[in-house]
Amino acid sequence: MIRAVAGRELRALFLSPLAWSLLGVAMVILAWLFLVQIESFMQLQPQLVAGASELGVTDLVVAPLFDSGAMVLLLLTPLLTMRLLSEEQRSGTIRLLFSAPISTAQIVLGKYLAMLGVFGLLLLLIALLPLSLLLGGTPDLGRLAATLLGMGLLLACYSAIGLFLSSLTEQPAVAAISSYGLLLFLWIVNLSGSDDRSGLFEWLSLTSHYRPFLDGVVRSGDLAYFLLLIIASLLMAIHHLESRRRGG
Amino acid sequence: MRFVLLTASYRATHRTPVPDFINRCRGILILRPDLLYLAGPMAALIHIENLSRRYGDHCAVEDLSFELQPGEVLGFLGPNGAGKSTTMQIISGVLAPSSGRVRLDGIDLRQDPIQAKSALGYLPETPPLYPEMRVDEYLRFCARIHRVSAADSDHAVARAKARCGLSPMGSRVIGNLSKGYQQRVGIAQTIIHNPRIIILDEPTSGLDPNQVREIRSLIRDLAEACGVLLSTHILPEVQSLCDRVLILHQGRLVYSGPVSQRQQNRLLVTLGTDGDGALLADLPGVSAVEPLDPRQFRLTLAGSHGPAEIAEAIVRLGGRLCELRGDQDDLERIFSQVTLGQIAFDQATLAERIQ
Repeated sequence: MIRAVAGRELRALFLSPLAWSLLGVAMVILAWLFLVQIESFMQLQPQLVAGASELGVTDLVVAPLFDSGAMVLLLLTPLLTMRLLSEEQRSGTIRLLFSAPISTAQIVLGKYLAMLGVFGLLLLLIALLPLSLLLGGTPDLGRLAATLLGMGLLLACYSAIGLFLSSLTEQPAVAAISSYGLLLFLWIVNLSGSDDRSGLFEWLSLTSHYRPFLDGVVRSGDLAYFLLLIIASLLMAIHHLESRRRGG
Repeated sequence: MRFVLLTASYRATHRTPVPDFINRCRGILILRPDLLYLAGPMAALIHIENLSRRYGDHCAVEDLSFELQPGEVLGFLGPNGAGKSTTMQIISGVLAPSSGRVRLDGIDLRQDPIQAKSALGYLPETPPLYPEMRVDEYLRFCARIHRVSAADSDHAVARAKARCGLSPMGSRVIGNLSKGYQQRVGIAQTIIHNPRIIILDEPTSGLDPNQVREIRSLIRDLAEACGVLLSTHILPEVQSLCDRVLILHQGRLVYSGPVSQRQQNRLLVTLGTDGDGALLADLPGVSAVEPLDPRQFRLTLAGSHGPAEIAEAIVRLGGRLCELRGDQDDLERIFSQVTLGQIAFDQATLAERIQ
């Protein structure tokens, strides 16, 4: 059942130009960032060698790429997730799913699985950029794996939040705007200050849980943060669809 | 056929496809070597008890109870906003009731929604179509979410398309189809998994007269094996399709009964010339004359007088008799009576004009 829902969603995404254009735009921007980083690395390289610096290609190319890449993808994901449930509610096709012998959880998980499929593909394409460094250098592969895991969790988190906000409204545009709002807020919430009292904001922030992955540090606390956010968003989406059925 | 006899070797589970002839029976008689017993009446396909649905203070459906039997086409009528669509959405599990119970094929919708809904096909007012998909893809998806196995789904799609006249349209994109064809795709979606209960919310709206005729004959075919709940605004459609009719008004059930009833003591008389109406009142055995238009009258008979004596009496008095037939309580009359609370407003004004 979940597979049938996910399959239909993926087909619909790739039948419309939306998914293709988003994947294309994301890749062009990230590739450009990658090239810019490579170029500045090439200029810096003689100094690094002369100064016997410990910084290498992974620090100066891969980490900055994924740092700004996270921001670029934050701007693109809500456009993909906005119509997941809102469009179904607006056009009435949600009635087909509600009257079929499948549960609300299966509907939500099917939609989520489709998003994971799209972003899995995107992650695979993004991974090719740093892997191309293998042609002329020796990037730190372990650290690259941690970085990709972090990016994967971040994308999974973006789409879970986007899916939840899409269940709240019948207007895809409203879903997109609220996703931008919430995701950007989570991204910048740790900017509030660095004194002791901002510990909560620090903990809430996506940034402070994503950056350690770029340094090659996989902490169970960060993993738990992302998983918690994903599960909570999905549960709220399921609950909200159920309560729409009850409350109308 | 009212009852069917089953022997012990017949094992019926809800997974076994039930032969059509059993679906049409009112009960099952089970014969076992040791005893013969009556399994009792078969569960109604739709059984609704005291159903209510409130939106805030507004009560869309109030204390509604009815049943749908196998092999029956039940017409669901009511003015706009009477709560027909809400009721249909509740039965299909799209909305939850505020109170009351829904049982589909004997299974409680709240306790076991998945199992209950597997016997159901539902067509909402606007067909739930994904415009970017092709007809075949869409129907295959519908088959999958209705638990038709992957191996059977191609067959199910082909069968549903053939029944709805969609066979040449399989590779067309739904968004490019005309409204009539989109409506047919919606109906194909409803029947793709061979449901025993079919709920159709205004299935013929937006179709041309030929398509309407095709859809009606399809509904008649479907009713052979399952129960159909049909809502519509077209009264002749109800008259030609339905066995029984429910009329809803302001969320309440105001009429439940057969589509038309022959009235033994009423006759419709049409005369050839204007102004002969007066002689009808003098006929023996006529207790009331109600003018319908200048030449047509409804007679209420008293005592044992039959149509033959009335006809003879009219001719004897010099009236030019054109038509004489038994009166039926037609649906339009019932409908306006229960929803407006006044018996045919125009008839009263017409009577005034004649006098």
